[in-house]
Amino acid sequence: MSEHLTEIIIFSVLFLLVSGMGFVAARWRRPDNLATLDEWGLGGRNFGAWITWFLIGGDLYTAYTFVAVPALLWSAGAMGFFAVPYTIVVYPIVFLVLLRLWSVSHVHGFVTPADFVRARFGSPTLALLIAITGIVATMPYIALQLIGIEAVLKSMGVTGHLPIIIAFAILAAYTYQSGLRAPALIAFVKDTLIYIVILVAIFAIPAQIEGGWSGIFSAAQAKFDATPAPGDGILLNANNQLQYITLALGSALALFLYPHSITGVLASKNRDVIKRNMSALPAYSLLLGLIALLGYMAIAAGVKPIGTDNNTIVPQLFDRMFPDWFTGVAYAAIGIGALVPAAIMSIAAANLFTRNIYKEYLKPDADEADEARVSKITSLLVKVGAVLCILFLDTGFSIDLQLIGGVIILQTLPAVALGLYTRWFHRGGLVAGWVAGMAAGVLLLYNIGNPVTGKLHFAGSAFPLEKLGLDTKMTIYAGVLALGVNLIVAVAGTFIARGLKVAEGDDATRADHYLADEGDPRIKELDLTTP
Amino acid sequence: MLTTPDRDRGDRSPWNWLLILPIILPLLPFLFNFDEPRIFGFPRFYWLQFAFIAVGVVCTTVVYQMTKRRR
Repeated sequence: MSEHLTEIIIFSVLFLLVSGMGFVAARWRRPDNLATLDEWGLGGRNFGAWITWFLIGGDLYTAYTFVAVPALLWSAGAMGFFAVPYTIVVYPIVFLVLLRLWSVSHVHGFVTPADFVRARFGSPTLALLIAITGIVATMPYIALQLIGIEAVLKSMGVTGHLPIIIAFAILAAYTYQSGLRAPALIAFVKDTLIYIVILVAIFAIPAQIEGGWSGIFSAAQAKFDATPAPGDGILLNANNQLQYITLALGSALALFLYPHSITGVLASKNRDVIKRNMSALPAYSLLLGLIALLGYMAIAAGVKPIGTDNNTIVPQLFDRMFPDWFTGVAYAAIGIGALVPAAIMSIAAANLFTRNIYKEYLKPDADEADEARVSKITSLLVKVGAVLCILFLDTGFSIDLQLIGGVIILQTLPAVALGLYTRWFHRGGLVAGWVAGMAAGVLLLYNIGNPVTGKLHFAGSAFPLEKLGLDTKMTIYAGVLALGVNLIVAVAGTFIARGLKVAEGDDATRADHYLADEGDPRIKELDLTTP
Repeated sequence: MLTTPDRDRGDRSPWNWLLILPIILPLLPFLFNFDEPRIFGFPRFYWLQFAFIAVGVVCTTVVYQMTKRRR
């Protein structure tokens, strides 16, 4: 531990500095009253283009991304690069879809995707399912942020769970006080640090490696040629291309269904802010692609992970290649990188609980101050839950949970994303589709094993088509297959429900609610129609 | 009363079709799943996918500029 003293000092100083900002954030763009969900949970719905850029970017590209994606390239090669097409595809899709969600939420004061579903299909049951899905999918995602911090701490020789518990206690305290303003303010620091570290890394590290970038790719090629695994290499092979593209597409569709991404979008001031961001956010994709290649640099530099924890590859590479003080900065970037998304995720999960469970079922007459209070407390509980996940579950299991999270959040697509465009589906059909998609997804993941590690179940997201009786070695992303089942059942269920004349719910939204913008003179008047 | 939105308040625009390009391109591995030609030591698989990021930026920027609301 003592040989890492410089790193530990720099890391701690930056970490504490940023935590201080988190507390001060309560006074930043100060509202008259922080005790409403609009203020605490959505930062006053008033963020402009820059803040939104940092907030959404800081929210989607997490500490875990920065350690796990390069680790995947390090171990499997080209397959890990799926993160790049995934983050290219997502923005044009969102450009049109979430814009409509922003407008309708602005008119009706929705805070969560489940609020929208409740009003659109007149179904508290469907909204409850969407809310539970969101909370369940988010919890392990927060736990992964802890794994990101853990990888950095381990590389500094800091072991044991106490440092992580302290870090999360600090995070919990300032999120409680400042709400969404805290991660929004911290995101500036986080992303600036990360950009500096990566720019230095992509110039400084190849310069120290024989043959530069060519040498890096040749070293990776040589490593994969020498392994017996059939799926690795610096290019895809015939059997994993379908997995690559379905994983990229499926992850893109899932990304903006996660409640925390929607929170980031709803906090923006107007439609133009969102549109501009969808063309500016790909700057992060560039960053992500470069970070991914750190995995190959680690191969070329002969870096080995600590024990069997591949997540330590990037921290170990930094430790090898940078002077101690800059390694400290890099570690701080990753550590702080965990705080921003973890804060937004816990706020999003808390809002789901407050709006769609507490207010809907437990205390229908809750006023705004009640809502804000319940959300603040729930956000604390969510973080405690995430810490317990790390303490009592094998970390490998948390990763499995996250994998399931991606597959299950996709099952909210018909109600949320398609619901923004059409009211054709019957609420009964959507509920049936959700149940079927969820069951199919978990069943598919259960049946994915990995012969190399000897794990029989939940060993990845690549479902072999062979198991469906097809004569092929190709694999496909389980989430896309499960979504297919969901959609088929939702369509069939809709026809059946209409045939049986099952009551339709009321639709509280109207066509032009999906087009409303900031300063719309009709918003005030429309506000009265809030359900 | 609110059922007839003004014409320019719609989301529809022919420019939106441009968004298809950055959605489809990255999902066509037969374009990029090759080693040659290399640029600055990067195999095609890597540099072409980086190039698709630029395509995404250009397309979304054009659509944003062309569909911006005149205030």
